[in-house]
Amino acid sequence: MKPTSTDQLLEDIPSRDKPGLATSVRTYFLRHAQVFFYSLGQLWQAPFSMLMTAAVIGIALALPTGMHVLLNNAQQISGGWDGAAKVSLYLKQKVSEQRAQKLANKIRKLAQVAEVEYISSKKGLEEFRQRTGYDTALKALDDNPIPATLVVTPNLRFNNAEQIEALAVQLGKYKQVDLVQLDSEWVQRLFAIMDIVSQGVVILGIMLSIGVLLVVGNTIRLAIQNRRDEIVIVKLIGGTDAFIRRPFLYTGFWYGFFGGIIALILVFLSLFLMSGPIENLAGLYQSQFDLNKMDFGTIITILVLSIGLGLGGSWIAVGRHLRDIEPR
Amino acid sequence: MIKFLQASKRYPGGHDALLNVNFEMQRGEMTFLTGHSGAGKSTLLKLIALIERTSRGQVIINGENTSKIKTRRIPYFRRNIGIIFQDHQLLFDRTVYDNVALPLIIAGQPPREIARRTRAALDKVSLLNREKSYPITLSGGEQQRVGIARAVVNKPPLLLADEPTGNLDPDLSWEIMQVFEQFRQVGVTVMVASHDLDMIKRLGHRILVLKDGQLVGDSARPEQGSLPP
Repeated sequence: MKPTSTDQLLEDIPSRDKPGLATSVRTYFLRHAQVFFYSLGQLWQAPFSMLMTAAVIGIALALPTGMHVLLNNAQQISGGWDGAAKVSLYLKQKVSEQRAQKLANKIRKLAQVAEVEYISSKKGLEEFRQRTGYDTALKALDDNPIPATLVVTPNLRFNNAEQIEALAVQLGKYKQVDLVQLDSEWVQRLFAIMDIVSQGVVILGIMLSIGVLLVVGNTIRLAIQNRRDEIVIVKLIGGTDAFIRRPFLYTGFWYGFFGGIIALILVFLSLFLMSGPIENLAGLYQSQFDLNKMDFGTIITILVLSIGLGLGGSWIAVGRHLRDIEPR
Repeated sequence: MIKFLQASKRYPGGHDALLNVNFEMQRGEMTFLTGHSGAGKSTLLKLIALIERTSRGQVIINGENTSKIKTRRIPYFRRNIGIIFQDHQLLFDRTVYDNVALPLIIAGQPPREIARRTRAALDKVSLLNREKSYPITLSGGEQQRVGIARAVVNKPPLLLADEPTGNLDPDLSWEIMQVFEQFRQVGVTVMVASHDLDMIKRLGHRILVLKDGQLVGDSARPEQGSLPP
């Protein structure tokens, strides 16, 4: 062994100098940054297993995210329809055109009504013929079976479901009116269904999030067990629980981060694949509908959520298992 | 520096690993702890490092009663103790340098300080030229010296070594003991558990003898009991 002088030892040993506060703070953040990237490097050592875990997280998060985006789109479309709710008044056959016009004028004066369109039975028949092409069948009939119709558009201020309902009841009281039909009924049913679906998406999202927590927790638990010896050594030389916890928490962070990225990629891909057929469908309805992609807020939310789940899962695992590992 | 007052350790199941041990060690003193295996040498060191806690009695380290130290504070307490193990307890996926630097990283030392002190510690055990090697490529004696460098890098006032030469041949053992001797000379309190009686007698320091968990011999106080032949 190379002899070392006692002087050199003396010079080095007795003082246990403490770094200053500023240095300590700087060192603290530097250390965090190092562990942050060190844990990424550790994961990169086994990219396949890391990506497998991240993909599980990604798929689990992509499902509710995708459904949420589609639901948003559906709500947007049907929101447009809601504004167009109309009340159709089918008049009795014996009501003359004059009296029908009179009634239309009367209804026009109501505060709840924005517009009334009179469709005579002749015009109604013409439209029906054009739209359906039952030309010969209609010719076989003696009378025009189509009643004269008043199409009432409610004032925008009275455009909620209850008020339109009340208006319909009121209009149904005129003796010339045979039948009142609310065009918005099916829209309301659609809304009710979408409410159920949106609740379903929330429940699905919660369940899959718990699944993500468990997946990350289990992965971190295995990582802790793999590094059991190292943890014991670090505890023996004065490592605090926070010091030991840090790399595992950052590992959870990275799982969440990559899981979120994968989820976003999957949702983007699915929307891209679906946008063609959806535009096709919209074209059939003469609609200028563009499938809304994810907005920036949704992207950030998904990333924050998945990172949060990664951190949370590893926090649970670390809290449960680090305490059990003590030097013996 | 170290004071045992009627210290006892009973493990679950009723086995008394240590029974009513009394002794005191001054700062800068070097002491050997000997006895057959199972006599309680390791348990005694574990009580000092708070790896185990006493069942009865007290252990006072550097003026601090260890039974009063809360679990949360144990890491900070251990930073004042350098521990050397028979099986080295090195991290095999990190270089010699990283192994030795670990206590400084844990203590939050600035990087420049870490580099300076780590190299100084490696120099002290003559392993500066192996800093980039992995422990697996080193011989048993070299691995033990890495363990010593790691134990002293934080300049602890107390060094504990549990059978540090257990797996080494006599020449290497002697070298290791000389390293401890150097640290004693600069004021570090050193306690070495070893069953190699021949060697520790030649070193001429105080010797404590344990038998079945009891202190049966103390070379500093011959009236307490005799040393084994």
